[in-house]
Formats: sequence, C-alpha cells, structure tokens
Amino acid sequence: MTRLAYCDGIREAFEYCMDKDEKVFAIGQGLWSPWYVGRSMDNLDKRYGVERVIDTPVSEQATTGIAVGAALLGYRPIVIHPRMDFMILATDQIVNQAAKWRHMLGGQVSPSMVIRGIVNRGGEQGAQHSQALHSWYAHIPGLRVVMPATAADARDLLIGAIQSDDPVLYIDDRWCYEHEEDVAPAQDVDLAAIRPALRREGTDITLVGSSYSTLQAIEAADKLASEGISCDVVDMRVLNPVEPEQVLKSVRKTGRLLALDGGWRTCGFGGELIALAAENVHPQDWRFAPQRITLPDAPAPTSRPLEEAYYTTSETIIKRIKTMVCG
Amino acid sequence: LNHDLGSLADPAYYNQPIELGNLSTEILLDALRSMLRIRYAEEAVADLYLAGEAKCPCHLGIGQEAVAVGLSAHLRNSDRIFGGHRSHSHYLALGASMDKMMAEILGKATGASQGMGGSMHLFAPEVGFQGSVPIVGATIPIAAGAGLAAKMDGRGDVAIGYFGDGACEEGVMHETLNMAAVMNLPVIFVAENNLYSSHLDIGLRQPANSVARFAEANRITTRVVDGNDLVAVHQAAGDLIEAARAGKGPGFLEAVTFRWRGHVGPNEDIDVGVQRAPEILVAWKKRDPVARLWQAILDDRKIDPKELPDMEVAVRKEIQDSVEAARLAPYPPESALLDFVYAPAGGMA
Repeated sequence: MTRLAYCDGIREAFEYCMDKDEKVFAIGQGLWSPWYVGRSMDNLDKRYGVERVIDTPVSEQATTGIAVGAALLGYRPIVIHPRMDFMILATDQIVNQAAKWRHMLGGQVSPSMVIRGIVNRGGEQGAQHSQALHSWYAHIPGLRVVMPATAADARDLLIGAIQSDDPVLYIDDRWCYEHEEDVAPAQDVDLAAIRPALRREGTDITLVGSSYSTLQAIEAADKLASEGISCDVVDMRVLNPVEPEQVLKSVRKTGRLLALDGGWRTCGFGGELIALAAENVHPQDWRFAPQRITLPDAPAPTSRPLEEAYYTTSETIIKRIKTMVCG
Repeated sequence: LNHDLGSLADPAYYNQPIELGNLSTEILLDALRSMLRIRYAEEAVADLYLAGEAKCPCHLGIGQEAVAVGLSAHLRNSDRIFGGHRSHSHYLALGASMDKMMAEILGKATGASQGMGGSMHLFAPEVGFQGSVPIVGATIPIAAGAGLAAKMDGRGDVAIGYFGDGACEEGVMHETLNMAAVMNLPVIFVAENNLYSSHLDIGLRQPANSVARFAEANRITTRVVDGNDLVAVHQAAGDLIEAARAGKGPGFLEAVTFRWRGHVGPNEDIDVGVQRAPEILVAWKKRDPVARLWQAILDDRKIDPKELPDMEVAVRKEIQDSVEAARLAPYPPESALLDFVYAPAGGMA
C-alpha cells in the first residue's frame, strides 16, 4: 500500500492508461499549462508528447466533437473541461452525440470516450465559476456519470471510465484534491461492475453523498460516533446508471435517509435518491421522513458572507442528523 | 476574398450539357449510374412517404446528386465520411446497400442502423460511411475528429464532413474550421450550398451567399464549383483530397446546388419557401445534374445509345427489389429499446 492524494490519483490513472493503450489521448484547454487543472495532469505533456496531450483553442464544442469523432474511429480520448461551467458549451456533443450514437445506430458503434468535467468552486468565484451539474447529465440515458470522493476512486473510476466502451462523464471536485488514503497498485477496472461503496457502518441513519458531499458525510459520521449516533454512509460514486440497492438496504435497516447533494435542490440527484427510497422502502420501515441538504436554488454568489451562507457546512449536516435521530 | 457566388447562384447559367474533360467513359458511366441510383431511390422514398408507408422524417436531395457522386469517386473504404439530415446521397454514392437504406427508412431490423435510426441516421462503415445526424452542424467536428484519428493512424486516410449552407450559421462550424486549420487535420469540409435552410433563402440569413468565405478566413484551401456539374465536382474534390492525403491539411469544397423538393418530405414546397417561387424551381430544374451529364455523354462519347436505358432499368429494379425486401423484413424486437443504451455487460477495452 502507498499513500495517494486524490489529484495524484487522477494523474496516475492517466499514466496507467496511456502506458497501457496507445489509443488513449487527452485533449482540452490548459493541458500545457502548469496550473489549469491543479497538479492532476502535471508533466503528462512532457511524458507522452504534445501529440497525445493536446492543448486546444477556446472551443469546448468543437473539441468535444473532435473527441467523439476520434472515438468513433477507434481511439480513446479524454476531453478535459477545467471548469464544468464551460462544459455547458459542449452539451450538444455530450448529450446529442456521445450518449446517443450507440442506440440510434443500432448498437453497431459507440464513442468510447471520457469527458472530464471539473468542479472548481468557492473562493468568491461566483455564478459561472462554481457549478456542479452532475444531476443534469445523470438524466441522460447512454451517458455514464461518475463522481469520485476518495483518492483510490479518483484513480480507479478514471481508469474504469477510460476502459469503458461507453461514453463516461467523470466529474472531479477540487475540494477533494488533497484527500489522501493508502491504496493498492493500479489495475484494470470494469466500470459497469462498480457499485455504491459503504464508507461507514451504523444503525441510526443513512447518509448518502457523492464526491465532496460523501467526504462531508464521513466527517459528520465520525464526529457523531463519539456522541452515540451511528451512521451508515453510502457513497454514490456512480450516478448513472444509478444502482440504488445499497441505499435501499441501508434505509430498511436505519429507517432514516439524509441525502447530501452538492448541486441544487430542484430535480437534483438527492431528490432522485429520496424518490427511489420512497418507492421501494415499505412505509412501516420509515422512522423519519427522508430529508435532503442541497445548495439553495440560487446561482453561486461572490460576496464572502453570502458564499458562507451558500455552501453546506458540517454544522448544518450534524444539526439535521440530530433532529432526525433525536427528535 | 470573393463573398458572392454570382452566376453560380443564378439558374439562368450553367444549364447546358457539361464539359467532360479527360475523364474516362467508364468513370462517367459509373457516375451516371450512381446518380440515377440516388435519384430514383429518393423518388421511391417520396412515393413511400405519400403512400403512408414511410413515416420518419425524410429529407430528399433530388437535384443535388452530383456532389456526393463526384467526390466519392476519390474515396476508399478506410476513409471516414459523415453526413447530416439530408444524407441519402452521401451514403449511396459510396456504394452502400440499397436494401439497408430502404429497410432503415421503414424502421426494420435489417436496416443500416438495425431499424433504430431512420432516414436521418444512416451507417455503412464497410464503405466508410460512419454516421449521419440531424442536429445541424454536429458532425462537422466529429468529421474533424475522425480526421485526427486518420492523422494519428498515419495511413493517408481522409475524413469528409458534409453539411449545408444552414450549418455555416452554427458556431461549431467556425470553431471546427479554426481547429482543423491549427491542427492540420486531413478533413474535407463539403458545403452543399443549396441556397436554402429549411424555408429561408440564404439572402435572408447571411450578408453574402458564398460560404467558402468562412474557410478562407481560417486559411483553409477552398474550391467553389457548380455542384450540378459532375466533372467540376470530381476535379475540385480530387485536388482537395489529394492534398489532405499528402498531409497538407484541410480543404473546403463549396458545391452550389438546389434541392427540388421541400426541406422535408416529398413535396416541392413552393408555398412555404420564402422567395422560393415556382419559376425559380423550373429554372433550376434546367440545371439538372443528371440530364446535363447524360446529354454530354451521348454527345461526346461513342457509346451504344441503348446502354443508358438498360442502365436505368437495372437501377430501378434494384430499388424496387429493396423496397419489397424492406416491406417484408421484421421490425426490431422490443428488447432493442434498452439493449442498445450501453455496451453489453463486461464491455471493456
């Protein structure tokens, strides 16, 4: 086992896949810059050359379309969008093209590619430099959507995404970049076999999160353990296609569900998890109405006190858990 | 920079039999056969539509046959070709299966896309046709990406992206021209400028009517031709493709043409087209790419005059047989609805 940070895990996945398969290449804005994507791609351009690590003009849609075309002809591109807000400009290529070609051409071809969208928020960056749009994209059949919370998953979900025969949206969050853990050596990953991970085991309440909200759930669970409240923490690292069984099993045990979602409330992924639980957990098994904590339904602000009010804190989470468990 | 098409956009010009140059009679007869195959196939599709048998949106390109046929003569199966909503000609000009196209239009499991795509989603990779979609301009960057793959493969293959004058109003075309030039990609952008986007005349949509100006702004080699002249298209496309194969980067072919039917469906559409008056359509039908080639061959080359009608009969029989086979073919099973969303389980590199 070796110690690995989340952002280094991302780089290791690039190295593992690019060493192993010459058809893998990376393309996107900022790839020849030392600061665009944190240190998650440091020196890849020098190691693999600028023909395989391609920096691009400011053209999100064309860049993503070029990756779709290369993928259709046998390559395995990874398109990097250093901020997810700008990835919106590529949505036709992601939603109408990458996600649909297999189905509308009768399963004969598929763009095997990764779209990497980075959530980069906080620091008074405001409404167009802060968004976490996972719920939008998780709505789309044919597009796998994954969000790692831990260092091992940052590496392994990216390996699985690159090796998948389907288009995969891989969303990493810079608030997770310094998360560290001991990991085993990298190996091949079958993304379709990945299920939600049980990060903590408890009996009083089920906390469900993805990416950074999973880390917040773990933090809350660890703090509350000393106060006699024990939490199940389920990490929904694959948002689409969603596999709810782990959540349902947990809720049937605890009778309480708190969904944490780093996106907005309306039509969000947290709401989807609550709906799945409401449909599938018997009314007699519930001990408290399911709850969610999300961002307020407002664009991200810039002013410091507004920003402090905007993002979810561990105090908010702990308070809500206590209300649900202790009344 | 020449922004305007001038006489190329005026149907009073270019309506005589074409100049055949030094193209062999064999190439010319192959091209005529291919153009007839496209025209009669689309007429058959129009009939299926009118009879209520075909329901999916069918965008017919009758009148535009010379563009794809003139260009495809230079292509090989390892090249990669992408189309849009009006792509029957792009598919058939490569020699792709008539049976599969008719079955696809009727939504049958034996279709080019297993009955999952319809007229707007054709696929024939065995001859290089890698797909078509109706989101306007969407395959322009995809073709450039296929060109990037060809460049990485290093075997001299080229990518072709077909689109219309309407797609030149999409931002992604401009992004892609810029990137293809900067990345020196072996891709040929083929703008079939039929002077209409849906119902709107190009004069109501753009300040100038030659779309090659956008390519010139990106330092891409351009050729602007009468798209209803098989030989002119053949020569211009040949030059651009040869340069791309040799690593000289992208090319842009603007082929000026006109569609005889409406934007979608079998009708001539003279009522809904703004500025598309009946007399304009009549004038453009005199710039018929098929008749101009046919007459030129008869005038110029010593062939048995009976050979052309025989060719016509054979083409019509192929189409009739394909329609009959498509009618009898099964629909996709209901399981196809979910089976094709993701790769089969265990689908890993």
